[in-house]
Amino acid sequence: MNTILKIIKYELRDVIRSKWILIYFAFLFLITEGMFQFSGSSSKVLLSMINIVLILIPIITISYGIIYMYSSREFTEMLLAQPIKRKTLYTGLYSGLALPLSLAYLGGVGIPFIIHGVDESGQFTVLLILLMSGVALSFVFTSLAVLISLSSDDKVKGLGIGIFVWLFMAVVYDGALLFGSYLLSEYPLEKPMLGMTMLNPIDLARVLLMLKFDMSALMGYTGAVFKKFFGSPYGMLLSSGMLMLWIIVPYLIGKRIFVRKDF
Amino acid sequence: MKSEYKILILAFLLATITLLQTSLSARDIIVDKNGNVNSIKKGLRLCQIGDRLIVKKGYYKERDIEINKSVQIIGEDFPVVDAQFKSGLFHIRADGVRIEGLVIKNSAMSFVSEYAGIKIDSAKNCIIKGNKILYNYFGIYIAFGADCIIDSNTIVGRTSKSETTSGNGVHLWYSKNITIINNKISKQRDGIYLEFSENSTIENNISEDNLRYGLHFMFSHRCVYKRNIFRRNVGGVAVMYTKFIHMYNNKFENNWGPASYGLLLKDINDSEIKFNLFHENSTGIYLENSMRVKLEKNNFIDNGWALKIRSNSMDNDFTDNNFIDNTFDVSTGSKHNFNTFRKNYWSKYSGYDLNHDGYGDVPYKPVGLFSAIVENNSPAMILLRSLFIQILEVAEKVVPAITPVKLEDVQPLMRRVK
Amino acid sequence: MIRIEGLNKSFGKLHVLKNINLEIEKGKITAIIGPNGSGKTTLIKIILGLMKPDSGKIFVDNKDISKEVEYKNHIGSMPQIARFPENLRVVELINMLNDLRAGKNGVDKELFDSYNLNNELNKMMRTLSGGTRQRVNAALAFMFQPDILILDEPTAGLDPISSSKLKDKILKEQKKEKTVIITSHIMSDIEELAENLIFILEGKIIYNGTVKGLIEDKGKINLERTIASLMESNGK
Repeated sequence: MNTILKIIKYELRDVIRSKWILIYFAFLFLITEGMFQFSGSSSKVLLSMINIVLILIPIITISYGIIYMYSSREFTEMLLAQPIKRKTLYTGLYSGLALPLSLAYLGGVGIPFIIHGVDESGQFTVLLILLMSGVALSFVFTSLAVLISLSSDDKVKGLGIGIFVWLFMAVVYDGALLFGSYLLSEYPLEKPMLGMTMLNPIDLARVLLMLKFDMSALMGYTGAVFKKFFGSPYGMLLSSGMLMLWIIVPYLIGKRIFVRKDF
Repeated sequence: MKSEYKILILAFLLATITLLQTSLSARDIIVDKNGNVNSIKKGLRLCQIGDRLIVKKGYYKERDIEINKSVQIIGEDFPVVDAQFKSGLFHIRADGVRIEGLVIKNSAMSFVSEYAGIKIDSAKNCIIKGNKILYNYFGIYIAFGADCIIDSNTIVGRTSKSETTSGNGVHLWYSKNITIINNKISKQRDGIYLEFSENSTIENNISEDNLRYGLHFMFSHRCVYKRNIFRRNVGGVAVMYTKFIHMYNNKFENNWGPASYGLLLKDINDSEIKFNLFHENSTGIYLENSMRVKLEKNNFIDNGWALKIRSNSMDNDFTDNNFIDNTFDVSTGSKHNFNTFRKNYWSKYSGYDLNHDGYGDVPYKPVGLFSAIVENNSPAMILLRSLFIQILEVAEKVVPAITPVKLEDVQPLMRRVK
Repeated sequence: MIRIEGLNKSFGKLHVLKNINLEIEKGKITAIIGPNGSGKTTLIKIILGLMKPDSGKIFVDNKDISKEVEYKNHIGSMPQIARFPENLRVVELINMLNDLRAGKNGVDKELFDSYNLNNELNKMMRTLSGGTRQRVNAALAFMFQPDILILDEPTAGLDPISSSKLKDKILKEQKKEKTVIITSHIMSDIEELAENLIFILEGKIIYNGTVKGLIEDKGKINLERTIASLMESNGK
């Protein structure tokens, strides 16, 4: 544990010195603060933040994560020659990447909310869900970035795969779902649609946010499966659980690769 | 001229004296469990027109209490009258009856009779005030009544799960000039139900958690609904086949469900709906075959759909309303639009106001592509807010293919209407 | 002492190390030589734990290195190409390594001082010149007083003065009974420093013995010519 903290400490110094993380923080801060200035109402800001969480966090996290992993190869190799277990080193490297990304997000978005507050206390839980799903997505896409960069030694190829993965999860996947739902519209599609949604981390975060923003519309839906899913804690629990799996499974696969990898 | 005056004054004096005499001669008859008159029915037999029946605190197992003369029944400390689910309770057949301060409970369920806590049959000028009308099949049932006041009653139905085994809280049938005010109604079939009942005022009531509609009326023209709260009703509020309704300052809240509407308008014409709040309903207002309805200065906040308008609804006018944070603002289910939207505030509007006249320079199109998609492919709902859907929405805004081109607010407000 | 038993390593179809068995003597300087791609660096990286063998075992002081990492406390290494975390200052790098290693022996700054690196302490690694980087690289290998030194092409990229200082340091450490493994293309360096020699060709050990013994055996005037003839006789 002690060693992990040391690794995180030095990596954090490296990450912050590289300034990208500060630019990311400033970018999020300016967007959020700007939205407060222009729209003036916290409810509108919260609504716009859905896109920050669902679109920006995944693409920025995965591309920054991959680029960082390749450029910190020296750091990794230097540490590998030290008396540090590979598992420990992996945990340290992962945390040293996921934590600053999450903190930049929490700070960039959270500070404007601390400055301006929320209009009504009910929005506080909405903000909380937004922050939590943003952090969860930061961790998911850090896991994926680490996994991708360890799977390929070619930086350009790795980055390409990362952007493709993002594009697939953010756009193509949902497009295919919609297309499929039209093709198979004679069949009962509720369960398969819901099932497919549970397999995509961006969709999972989206479902969590829908539960907060669109409950009224969701309850207007006729299907019993949706109703059970969205109308009970079941939906929230399953989505959060699946999102956790999306963090843990790529993390563990990455760890397996890292422990066996030649540097 | 002068003699006519005298006659008028004389008539007035005579009337005053008669009134004075009746009130002077009016007696109080005490009903007390431990007294000589130990039942309401016994008391009523002793009553003459104009008498007051004072019911002391106690538990009265009575039912089918017929009131054939103009009397007042006043409860002290809420005596309980219990029909033990055998039949109905009070049955008023005379004008000018007043029932106040009673707990009236447990009328029987029946498929052939409208067993009610209080049934008013072809009577006028009755006042039902401050009663607790509990666990009855029907709460208050008025047939062919007129000029009655239902005031400050608490009406709670049985926690029955089925619409058929539960009656309505306040039920009006062929009645007119009825005032329903300050009541709290819950767990009935319909909270307030009017059929063929006109010129009535429904004001300041709370109707919630009913099995069907919080308010339901058909063929009941020229009624006014003000400052009522309708919430968490399984079906919301449904109003049908009626003209000249005025709905002001009501709240329609938390009516969630696929067939649940804040307000369902079916065949409603020439009416006004103003200053109402529609908050967190699956559908704020559903308009079907309704015409010339003026909707002004209403707030639609956090609804699934603020408005669902069938294409057979025409010439309805939406002005100065606030549409805030609804998942969908308007859905039409068709490419056509025959209604007018102007000067509304839409929280989703992202246009600009370069000339600072308070109106956005670009029209707002409240019907999105996705609401049209969900219309005929409902499982697609799960894709709400997906980036893919947002890309489609932008494409549709640029080249409209599915959404109604003419449905737009050409003067969208930049700030919400206060 | 380092003992290697039945070591095999392939990269895809390329069989880089073929059943390597050898012992590296404690307290001596052993040179590993061989042409480019012969497997020298791979062997060193496996000893350092940067690469994992396909099969075979390595024991450092009779401890199997696949089971633990503690042995790295006793190893100081100088990689062929110095790759450092670029956003750290020199002083931070030293502190970090000191922090991560259980440095019981204290810090040896002799080489560091003789390279005048104290002036560079507060510079970021990315701002250092190639020569300075290599000097830092060399100084770091000795910094934590390891029992085993593994130096991959140590004199490459160093100016003659720095190179001489390094060689003096290596010999000085050897006198303190430290085990030194060194790879180099510069045969004169090896002749000057090493006692033992391991010659690897295409993943196999061709020679394992003393430097002197090999030269005498082949009857050549120096190591360079000896190795050249050895390679020729092996069809290269």
